[in-house]
Amino acid sequence: MIKTDILIIGAGPTGLFAVFEAGLLQLKCHLIDALPQAGGQCSEIYPKKPIYDIPGFPEVLAGDLVDNLMEQIKPFQPGFTLGERAETIEKLEDGSFIVTTNKGTKHHAPVVAIAGGLGSFEPRKPLLENLEKYEDNGVAYMIKEPEIYRNKKVLIAGGGDSALDWSIFLADIAKEVTLVHRRNEFRGALDSVEKVQQLKNEGKINLITPAEVVALKGENRLEKVTVKDTSTSEETDVEVDDFIPLFGLSPKLGPISNWGLEIEKNAIKVDNTYDYQTNIPGIYAIGDVNTYPGKLKLILCGFHEATLMCQSAYQRINPDKKYVMKYTTVGGVTGFDGSKKEAPKAVVKAID
Amino acid sequence: MIQLQIGMSDIKIKIIDREGVSHEVDAPTDMNMNLMEVVRSYELAPEGTIGICGGMAMCASCQCYVQSDHELPEMSDDEEAMLSEAFNVKDNSRLGCQLHITEDLDGLQVELAPEEA
Repeated sequence: MIKTDILIIGAGPTGLFAVFEAGLLQLKCHLIDALPQAGGQCSEIYPKKPIYDIPGFPEVLAGDLVDNLMEQIKPFQPGFTLGERAETIEKLEDGSFIVTTNKGTKHHAPVVAIAGGLGSFEPRKPLLENLEKYEDNGVAYMIKEPEIYRNKKVLIAGGGDSALDWSIFLADIAKEVTLVHRRNEFRGALDSVEKVQQLKNEGKINLITPAEVVALKGENRLEKVTVKDTSTSEETDVEVDDFIPLFGLSPKLGPISNWGLEIEKNAIKVDNTYDYQTNIPGIYAIGDVNTYPGKLKLILCGFHEATLMCQSAYQRINPDKKYVMKYTTVGGVTGFDGSKKEAPKAVVKAID
Repeated sequence: MIQLQIGMSDIKIKIIDREGVSHEVDAPTDMNMNLMEVVRSYELAPEGTIGICGGMAMCASCQCYVQSDHELPEMSDDEEAMLSEAFNVKDNSRLGCQLHITEDLDGLQVELAPEEA
């Protein structure tokens, strides 16, 4: 069981900054995120895009903002459970919570802050009949163990980096790799595109474009997929062991929507007059995941919400302690790792 | 000299929502808006189901079918790539976030594509 003071669900910019504000109050944080890396949308969707409305940064790349936040919170030694989705929450008698992920990892904390953005990123599934029947039975949306495709006939669909990269990778492992894409053009790193071209020329990747998968066939397990040439509308059955559609990820609010929280407009309602607490005391929602009158889904608003949330969390965790906010310029930053940053002292020296 | 342009810069757009209901709305040409933002400003699709990526052509939640024969700006590579991976794509599919509201679009008629499951 992982124990912490504030359990933050979502490691995007808002969740990361909450670690800093909590750290100033000597509260420890642990973050859960469904993605394998921190940064949320900033890392997953637009790491190379500039942001112009972070106060004090005339221009910053989303990926760099995440790197900076990670650096800023380092002294407060946050814990991470990455690549796992927060699934269930249980409120204990003492008012604290146990949050369990889809992989069974348990986290115990007196305060839960949901900084889940648009939700957890889930693979986009193609609209095919019987798709669910073949899930884990020939159809997979992610490649976790490439070895299971050894000597198998694999068909990958998609036109982005992951479709290209996995086609290249599996070309050495699988018996047959077929790549199906709706267009002749791929959008991926140039060298991946060139590598696929080379493997196609060598006969190691069977490329079908412009085409799409329109049907799945098989008695109990996937046996064939029907590929339609979109220029001629001709349909061909391709014998396969595995079909891997790689159409990117899209965010879903997911299991959080079953936690008994008040939901409005696909977001969690919070008390914006005070501390961004939800209808369940001890559970807060900050950043893009929450809603209140006048809500703006801006990173800078998430930072503010995280700051106020931490003050309220402090009172909740330490009901008997008195506390006044201290400026970092005055108090410095003392990390849990023993590091200390503070303003240099002015030198007092007499002038003769 | 100050020129007043109150109400002069609106165009009319017909938007058929995902339930099939038709809405005729005024869209301003002087607010640097795109079609996805117009749909959101009139709340013609629930918040969180449209414009998810914020307008970067990186999701297809604002996909729409253009039903009038307006001449539209050419697709950027980003838009074309996104639409090639989106679902429910038709020949007249466009991403609303890539259609800037200009006077040329007066009388535009679009239908919102279904929400991706």
